[in-house]
Amino acid sequence: MTATALLAGGLKLQVAEVTAQTPSITSITFTDPAGGPLPAYVPGSHLLVQCGDGVNAYSLTGSGRSPSDYSVSVLRVASGAGGSAAMHRLRAGDRVLVSRPRSAFTPMATARHHLLIAGGIGVTPMLSHARAAAEWGMAATMIYMYRPAEGAHVPELRELLDTRLVECTDRGSFRQALAEKLSSQRLGTHLYVCGPAAFMESVLASARELGWPETRLHSEPFGTPELDAGQPFRAKLTRSGIQVEIPAGVSLLEALEGADVGVPNMCRKGVCGECSVAVLRGTPQHRDLYLSEDQKASGRTMMCCVSRSLDQELELDL
Amino acid sequence: MSTNLIDHAIPQEAATILPERITRFPFPFSADSYRYSTNIEPALKPVSTEAGGWGTRLLDIDEHYLQELGERAAVLQRDPSRLQVLPHMRPAVWDAITTLLPIMADEHPETMSFERKGDSCRWQNRLHNLDLEFTAGVDASLPAEPLLFLGSQIQDDIALLDQRENALWLDAGLVTFAADWSLGFDVGMKFLEVHGPVPRVHDEQIITRAQQFLMNLQPGEKYRRTNWTMTVGRRLDTSTETYPEWAQDRSAVVTDPALPDRLHLRVEVQHLIRLPHSGAILFLVRTHLLSLADIARVPAWRERLGRVLAELPPDMAGYKGISRYREAASAWLLAG
Repeated sequence: MTATALLAGGLKLQVAEVTAQTPSITSITFTDPAGGPLPAYVPGSHLLVQCGDGVNAYSLTGSGRSPSDYSVSVLRVASGAGGSAAMHRLRAGDRVLVSRPRSAFTPMATARHHLLIAGGIGVTPMLSHARAAAEWGMAATMIYMYRPAEGAHVPELRELLDTRLVECTDRGSFRQALAEKLSSQRLGTHLYVCGPAAFMESVLASARELGWPETRLHSEPFGTPELDAGQPFRAKLTRSGIQVEIPAGVSLLEALEGADVGVPNMCRKGVCGECSVAVLRGTPQHRDLYLSEDQKASGRTMMCCVSRSLDQELELDL
Repeated sequence: MSTNLIDHAIPQEAATILPERITRFPFPFSADSYRYSTNIEPALKPVSTEAGGWGTRLLDIDEHYLQELGERAAVLQRDPSRLQVLPHMRPAVWDAITTLLPIMADEHPETMSFERKGDSCRWQNRLHNLDLEFTAGVDASLPAEPLLFLGSQIQDDIALLDQRENALWLDAGLVTFAADWSLGFDVGMKFLEVHGPVPRVHDEQIITRAQQFLMNLQPGEKYRRTNWTMTVGRRLDTSTETYPEWAQDRSAVVTDPALPDRLHLRVEVQHLIRLPHSGAILFLVRTHLLSLADIARVPAWRERLGRVLAELPPDMAGYKGISRYREAASAWLLAG
């Protein structure tokens, strides 16, 4: 699925409030212009926001339980593509298109304790986790590393976590706090880390060195497991005698339906096997979970709801 | 087919007065043979059948509502192990409640309503004469244990799956109408372990694919599938726990002249929903029973079910527990 496709099922929201957290971090709160409730979300979820020329993903900072607004905090990146600058230009009353919340950094329900480790703007999903833990009466501890004067959301975190918040503004004290917390957690603790890539790597490496099992370590993944838009290609339908162009971001199944060529289908996600199509020429780019490795290698069949083409043209028995 | 249609042609006016239990029945077969598949489709998609149609509602309420919920309460009274909630599933149970009650109110506005402000909720269900105010997330604000309460409002059996360690785990449920399985036995197992006894599906990777599909569902996404077996009598509780009560009926029915009235096609409409806040997978199982005599009132169903039963491979018939009577059932249907 593409960013455009995600936004197609999304929400038109209004900027309700813009608050400077630090000189370079701004919080933006969105509400439904009609004043209605917004869909709940899993702690640690992100929104895709269309702003300026692009679409960017931002972590939601609320707990996600029955929200009346969505809040994100955005760091202005001078070297970026301009998305963060456009976000910083938003003012109350502006309308934006956002996706529905996407979950990719879930708290573990079975955790006996949550150890949250945040670096800089990586605090945003960790704040969401801390809020959810407080609401459900689950224990959480946080180490928050930020540069002096650049600590976003510090007052809320102090109130939520009290003595279970460790703030660090230099590497030395962070390393010390990390070593102390990593070696003193009770059995069943899960660790979550979000921040710059090098920061996450070093935290995870320290935890592994101290014997933390892999299943207890969680880091905010960059990039979602969604399928990308893919390359455009052409399908030549031998029985119908027509050609169908498939642009990037449109599935072969959608393109066939658009050309009034019906293909039986069910899940439209590459698992049920209903929409299989016989391939007469060309090499399919298999992206389904249905066909076996052998079937994929033979290239004789493809699932047209998710799979595409490695060649510019495919010939199909349709 | 054509001769059958002539033999059993029913006048147009008779066809239009088929009772709702037939017109709304989710007849599950689209061909004359049945095999397992990952037969998942988006929820709420309307389905037309030869007798009518179904599928436009997530929570189906029918004429059996009060009677089935009464039966569920009686089963739970006798055997409280039909309710299982591992401690970490409390948020998922609340997520199920606050997700399903508003949907049910939207789908049945003539009898139900739901309002929410922050965590304060009001639920009205005129079928139960119930007007309840409660606080989301506060167990004591409900008249019963939260999952027990939800199970007293919907006809579906309920299972909740937690996702962790790249797998799904059956960690909570309220299941009083199981088709020969036991929640008390299965609770805490992985999805793949729960499906361990099903023949064929492992070689064919069907369960692995289904699990992969479920793990990729995004919050709020809703899908459904059907499953089927057969049951002697209008008996909803065919769980492993009550096996001694119903097992012998499967032999006794074979020679009973009342077989067409006693033997029922049992269809489960199962919904699979990623809950929005807990991220758990909610699995609803709504069981529909229709006697062979009723099925035979729809000629296309009569013939199709007869053929499916005749063709079903022995291992699948054995797993479904229908080996003893399926030939008799098929013979009756196809002789009609």
